Amino acid sequence: MAELTYRDALRSALIEEMDHDRRVVLIGEDIGVYQGTFRVTADLLKRYGPGRVIDTPISELGFVGAAIGMAMLGLRPVVEVMTWNFSLLAMDQIVNNAAKLRYFSGGQVNVPMVIRGPNGAGVQLSAQHSQSLEATYAHFPGLYVVAPATPAEAKGLLRTAIRSDDPVIFLENAALYGMKGEVPDSDFALPFGKAAVARSGRDVTVVAYSRMVFAALTAAEQLAAEGIEAEVINMRCLRPLDAATIVESVSRTHRAVVVQEQWKPFGAAAEIAMRIYEDAFDQLDAPVERVTGADVPMPYARTLEVRAVPHEADIVAAVKKTLGKD
Amino acid sequence: MNRDQYLTMYAQMYRIRVFEEHVNELYTSGKMPGLAHLYIGEEAVAVGVCQALRPDDYITSTHRGHGHCLAKGASADRMFAELLGKAPGYCSGKGGSMHIADQERGNLGANAIVAGSTGIAAGAAFAAKRARSDRVAVCFFGEGGLGQGILYEVMNMAALWTLPVIFVCENNLYNEYTPYAETTAGDLLARPRAFGIVAEETDGQDVRAVHAAAGRAVARARRGEGPAFLLCQTYRFLGHHVGDVNRGYYRTKDEEQRWRAERDPLQILMTWLIAERIATSEECARVGEQVRAEVAAGLQFALAAAYPDPSEVDTHVYA
Ligand SMILES: Cc1ncc(C[n+]2csc(CCOP(=O)(O)OP(=O)(O)O)c2C)c(N)n1
Repeated sequence: MAELTYRDALRSALIEEMDHDRRVVLIGEDIGVYQGTFRVTADLLKRYGPGRVIDTPISELGFVGAAIGMAMLGLRPVVEVMTWNFSLLAMDQIVNNAAKLRYFSGGQVNVPMVIRGPNGAGVQLSAQHSQSLEATYAHFPGLYVVAPATPAEAKGLLRTAIRSDDPVIFLENAALYGMKGEVPDSDFALPFGKAAVARSGRDVTVVAYSRMVFAALTAAEQLAAEGIEAEVINMRCLRPLDAATIVESVSRTHRAVVVQEQWKPFGAAAEIAMRIYEDAFDQLDAPVERVTGADVPMPYARTLEVRAVPHEADIVAAVKKTLGKD
Repeated sequence: MNRDQYLTMYAQMYRIRVFEEHVNELYTSGKMPGLAHLYIGEEAVAVGVCQALRPDDYITSTHRGHGHCLAKGASADRMFAELLGKAPGYCSGKGGSMHIADQERGNLGANAIVAGSTGIAAGAAFAAKRARSDRVAVCFFGEGGLGQGILYEVMNMAALWTLPVIFVCENNLYNEYTPYAETTAGDLLARPRAFGIVAEETDGQDVRAVHAAAGRAVARARRGEGPAFLLCQTYRFLGHHVGDVNRGYYRTKDEEQRWRAERDPLQILMTWLIAERIATSEECARVGEQVRAEVAAGLQFALAAAYPDPSEVDTHVYA
């Protein structure tokens, strides 16, 4: 075990996989000389050279497309998008090529590629720089969608992602990069499609992922002070979605709240809630509640932004609603 | 050009300089949130171009957009208010630095996506042409935008449809922290020329040179002769954004010092005005003082202004 920041956990996964497999290459804007906007690739250009740590022009569509071609020929590109907002410029390549090549080639080729970078809101970066795109990507068959919350998950899931034979949407979070946590050393990896119980409780199941896991844990602390024991499930991965862990929990608590930072309509929480209804309807004592961001482009002003992102208090209120205590 | 016009250009450049100095101070002292990309050093580009425009012409802008906005005639008070996320800001506090826009004066808006407003500029030019007006649209973008495919799609259409759009590439030598030569192959001017777009390079530190080149491009566009491309060689004196303070790993202090000492657009114009006996250094200083006072008053206005009411969060939402 070592205590690492989320950033260093990601970086150590990159280093171990690059040491272990010469096919792994890194591609992105300002990742080499500048060492990455969030310093995840610090020092890697010096370690591996420009043949494996490749600085690009500001050409997301082009370099994601090129990474797909590299992957088809057996390299293992790990693409950094400066933030996931800019992946929208590359979305055609991700959705129309990366996600579909194995299928429509009848299994002739596969695309072992990771696209990684920060997802979600920062602090007053306004509408084009604050988006949470997990549901957008999770909608498409052919993409793994992963969203680690802790340093250990960052490392374990990134290793699995780089070893994956198919494309992975790897969603980090800018607010988490500096967070510290215990990370197992040695050959540590975490499987996709397996959620974790971040806190046990008997009264209600709170489902979250990425940064919202911590909001849920804080809310659970506050609820505990009032005698309400919330179980917090950290999804880790949205596609594949570990419905079994959620259903198992709900069958004990009989109530569920799903938390997401993104907009409410057609979001991850809607999908998760529906999976609960499909697989555990009889277990529910109350409708599933959703805690989400406001259904607006992210405003800039702080008085407005604070209204547009979900808070612990919203989770507390939603939990109480499921318990009929609102 | 007469004396008043030169002094207006000087005042506009000065206004941008002082505005940005205040912004830098506000951010570094924690009074301003978000991200701010300062235009200090590049003032001659926005001012030279916008002085060749009429109030009813259009511009589109970038993440480094404060200078464009001021040069097109916006006032400092409402700009500061926007940057502080206050209710009287140009975008009611909803956009901030990277989305500042002033439709009344033809600024269709800054854009936080590199090359994100190039299509909008072409569309504005199309609409101006269709309305049988002689208005033109200017598309400002950094040389980093040369990496984006949309620029080439748009230049192709602008040439095909003979649109009155002027592409103004602000080459400040760095895409964030990477020297442009490492990301941009071949001869930059050959790119627009491949579409048959008239292209010229100009000294982006010399406002008179920029103004003359922009004047030629605008006149052509107004006559219905189609798009043009202006490559303005310039330099940002400060960091990519306010937080980019230690820049030693991508450019030397010496390089920065040389640009500041020898290539300051304000200094270049003032020296010329004095040498040509168009204005005295006292007159220039007086212009500077007036602008300084006006910008300081604008800042006070913005600092005292109210934040938007929280209920504003879901106004302007329709679906
Ligand atoms: C499509 C896209 N990719 C990445 C970014 C992040 N980014 C913001 S500014 C910038 C560099 C822009 O360089 P340039 O266009 O030359 O303008 P400058 O900042 O030098 O004025 C980058 C990469 C972005 N905003 N949009």
